[in-house]
Amino acid sequence: MNTIFYIAALVALVSTVLAISGRNAIHSLLFLIVSLLAVSIIFFILGAPFIAALEVIVYAGAIMVLFIFVIMMLNVGLEKEMENKWLRPQMWIIPSILALILLVDFISMLKGMQYSKIQGQIVLPKQVGISLFTTYLLGVEISAMLLLAGIVGAYHLGKQKKKVIHRFLDKKEEILADEPE
Amino acid sequence: MVTISVEIQLLFAGLLFLMGLIGLLVRRNIIYMLMSIEVMFNSAGLVFIIAGSRWGQTDGQVMFIFILAVAAAEVSVGLALILQMFYHYKTLDADELNKLRDNNDDSR
Repeated sequence: MNTIFYIAALVALVSTVLAISGRNAIHSLLFLIVSLLAVSIIFFILGAPFIAALEVIVYAGAIMVLFIFVIMMLNVGLEKEMENKWLRPQMWIIPSILALILLVDFISMLKGMQYSKIQGQIVLPKQVGISLFTTYLLGVEISAMLLLAGIVGAYHLGKQKKKVIHRFLDKKEEILADEPE
Repeated sequence: MVTISVEIQLLFAGLLFLMGLIGLLVRRNIIYMLMSIEVMFNSAGLVFIIAGSRWGQTDGQVMFIFILAVAAAEVSVGLALILQMFYHYKTLDADELNKLRDNNDDSR
């Protein structure tokens, strides 16, 4: 059980180092996803299965897809070479090896133990939900408002404006245009 | 029941946070900076989970859910800002954004 923790921690650290030191943004994202998966295994070991599922679904699923969309949209001038590079198999070797280690880790953990032997004290989703909607109800409402603000802000900032002129400069231009007449 | 000491788990979370911090300080590509911030968020959530597992309370997991919401909102706004930056400056280098600096001649 301890070795599973250490292996997952090692995979997380190595893939994080590779993610922040990479040259290619997509490869770094792959390493970052492997790192998030490793951390979610650690969550599972620590007795938080619900959070482990959320980590995979929200972090590795949704947020990383947002990153991928933005990197694809920006596409900083090297699209042809990039695509050729992505198709080469050697780019996929290290992420697949790390993911494979995680898979073996996970399978051996599932085989080798009963559910009640998970380390730490297990906190089940039911208790978390009860606590979330009684004690922390105000926090839930505040985070709902935060997410709404995030949606509105992202929509407003994401619009591609042609030119931004302050209203003062706008008026000044009108005044200047009126003056010769 | 816990056979790995809490110190080692916290050490792991600290190392993860340190890597995010180093990435934020070293890299100048703004996408990498945002990714490093994600790593830091994740390690902070890991500390909450460790503490919740240590004491057997639900509060750690509840806090992690809040961190998840904050991270999602932060990433959407940050990526929209990155898009605007790219449209205006045609670059992803954070050092290019020095218009508000005093003397632009001897910058960096």
